[in-house]
Amino acid sequence: MKKLNSLFKLQKLQESLAEQRESPKSCIAVCGGTGCYAYGAKDVHKAFKDEIKRQRMKDKVDLMLTGCHGFCECGTLVVIHPEEIMYVRVMPEDVSEIIKESVLKKNIIERLLYIDPASGERIKYEHEIPFYSRQQRLVFGSNGLIDPTSIEDYLAIGGYSALSKVLFDMKPEEVIEEIKKSGLRGRGGGGFPSGIKWETCRDAPSPNGTRYIICNADEGDPGAYMDRSLLEGNPHSVIEGMLIGAYAIGSNKGYVYVRNEYPLAVKNLGIALEQAREYGLMGEDILSSGLSFDVKISRGGGAFVCGEESALIASLEGRMGEPRRRPPYPAVKGLWGKPTNINNVETWANVPIIINRGAEWYSRIGTKGSKGTKIFSLVGKINNTGLVEVPMGIKLREIIYDIGGGIPGGKRFKAIQTGGPSGGCIPESLIDLQVDYEKLKEVGSMMGSGGMIVMDESTCMVDIAKYFVKFLTEESCGKCVPCREGLDRILDILTDITEGNGKEGDIELLEELASVVKDTSLCALGGTAPNPILSTIRYFRDEYEIHIKEHRCPATVCKALIAFTINEDKCTGCGICAKKCPQEAISGEKKEPHKIDQEQCIKCGLCRDLCKFDAVIVS
Amino acid sequence: MEKQHDNVQDIIKSYGGSLDSLTSILHDIQSEYKYLPEDALRQVAKGLGLPIIQVYGVGTFFKSFSLKPRGRHQCTVCLGTACHVRGAPAVLEEMERQLGIKRGETTEDMQFTLENVNCLGACALGPIVVVDGKYYGQMNAGKVNKTLAKHKESPTRKKDEKVKLSI
Repeated sequence: MKKLNSLFKLQKLQESLAEQRESPKSCIAVCGGTGCYAYGAKDVHKAFKDEIKRQRMKDKVDLMLTGCHGFCECGTLVVIHPEEIMYVRVMPEDVSEIIKESVLKKNIIERLLYIDPASGERIKYEHEIPFYSRQQRLVFGSNGLIDPTSIEDYLAIGGYSALSKVLFDMKPEEVIEEIKKSGLRGRGGGGFPSGIKWETCRDAPSPNGTRYIICNADEGDPGAYMDRSLLEGNPHSVIEGMLIGAYAIGSNKGYVYVRNEYPLAVKNLGIALEQAREYGLMGEDILSSGLSFDVKISRGGGAFVCGEESALIASLEGRMGEPRRRPPYPAVKGLWGKPTNINNVETWANVPIIINRGAEWYSRIGTKGSKGTKIFSLVGKINNTGLVEVPMGIKLREIIYDIGGGIPGGKRFKAIQTGGPSGGCIPESLIDLQVDYEKLKEVGSMMGSGGMIVMDESTCMVDIAKYFVKFLTEESCGKCVPCREGLDRILDILTDITEGNGKEGDIELLEELASVVKDTSLCALGGTAPNPILSTIRYFRDEYEIHIKEHRCPATVCKALIAFTINEDKCTGCGICAKKCPQEAISGEKKEPHKIDQEQCIKCGLCRDLCKFDAVIVS
Repeated sequence: MEKQHDNVQDIIKSYGGSLDSLTSILHDIQSEYKYLPEDALRQVAKGLGLPIIQVYGVGTFFKSFSLKPRGRHQCTVCLGTACHVRGAPAVLEEMERQLGIKRGETTEDMQFTLENVNCLGACALGPIVVVDGKYYGQMNAGKVNKTLAKHKESPTRKKDEKVKLSI
């Protein structure tokens, strides 16, 4: 029987598990995040398993399929502990060599090392790679050290000690005070101080004492996937945070509302909950402390608006995910009319760290109004795509160049989009901006859940504004008029502009419409929806004007305003474009430069993608 | 009347028939039958004590549910921001052209259903396409044909034709 019924038994178990981990055995950690899965991590893991079996090395080496390490650009990642030798882009055929050379003889295989593009040097160890060395991985760091499907791994690195600390050494009020003092703010978008939220929920009247705790894992922002990686890679840290919240707030029922598009997160979370129950860390009378708490998983249906608290609650109640007017806030009147505290995944994962290390220590990280670290997903036109955890207040430049490794293909950085579809685009001139809740808001964007999409000179800002508005139009639940109709009209105007039908006065009309939508929408989705339009007009007005006045798209993105032609000097007349053109718009003699018939061309871009000589020009 | 879907009752029961599981129940039904059959929706409404309009409402509100039968091969194009800036729209258009359907539709022979998703969180590989759970990264319009070909069932009719010809 594994069930732990006292603090003593938990501590004993943690100690013995930690001792076991101390063994000098090598451990191969294969990254099993969704990114690496897509690269084929499963095959690599299987190859290691087979090879270890074949060579009868089970007692010499451990194998672990971990959660996401964050450096998605270089998957599949393999790290060999205790040396921390890191190999990138590992394929199944590399496996036997890794075992033979690196595990048995401790030799480094040069060709599998990461090459720093700045210095051209090969880097041996994980912590020396600039992508990692400049981060501060408080929340995310354990991902690479544990098997997410093993509660023993989490216990061995000190997991659930924050829970035992609050259960046996702290009063609920003291826990809330600690969270307040830490300065932790919601990591999901709003940035509301978590301690105050908890206190409001605890103090809200509930006749039968029922209060709910919800973990918002409906990560709908395209280009943001830190919550998924946390749930996949370290689900127990989220569960522990929720347990601490339940104790502080006085709740015995919790929910995790998670996107169904994240099958691995749903699976690992389910395993983790089952294990926590087996060990008596979830359920009735946890560790004989008197706290009873259990969590149910509810899968969302892929609606962006359900990230909004009141819409999420509506969906949990079995209704359509439409938001309602606030106040009353969910902390006072939430699920089934009871006080409900909602925090997102990353916020919950911060809680055990604050309790373990203390609010004072935590609040020393970050800026005046924004404490701790934040995980960003750095994606788009960037060399080192991946998840990065950095202290609040870090400069954008450091994130983009020092950690992200700059822009690929020698192109110029143009803008960075933060805060998801309802965030804003920040131009190159503000690259030294310090990233925190206030500063991002000042420049017309927001923190959101932490998506950072890097754009280079080949990104059209009008097209980007149109992309976000289109996304929001589709995701608008349709309940209130300003958001439903306003966004639709904005999309019409933007479509006209990108198709060369823009008129004088369109920009001003867009600004007016946007401000109406912003002021009069029912929920935060509508209230922030105009951000992408307003911020792109604010910083890239000239680009709008060129589209409208000159009917030109300087970034050569907007289809109606561009033309495909063939560079006669580069074309070898291989004929592949002519063969594949769906319109049969390309003609020419063999080995002679070809030509595109502009009348026929539908600008599908197939010829450009297929041409091996870069002879197709877009202008 | 459509044919009865027997497993629906078991699915409802496995969630204890509580309202907070409506979306989860619908997900399970959909993974069983690949869509939400009308008869199944009626059974859910009855099982949870809800008006059918509410179950229908939830079934149509959320993107991941389909009330129409889907094809044998599920083809999903990611249109997340990271994929968008790297050229995903051109990939989707080429998919639409090659399959002869628009996004959200199923080919007449019920082979392919084409859909788009807002983000798969595998942004390093963008633009990304998923066919039957297999990820294809760094896509462009030029690669669409080959990718689809890998999943197209070699039509048995073709074999038959060959046989006929040889006779």
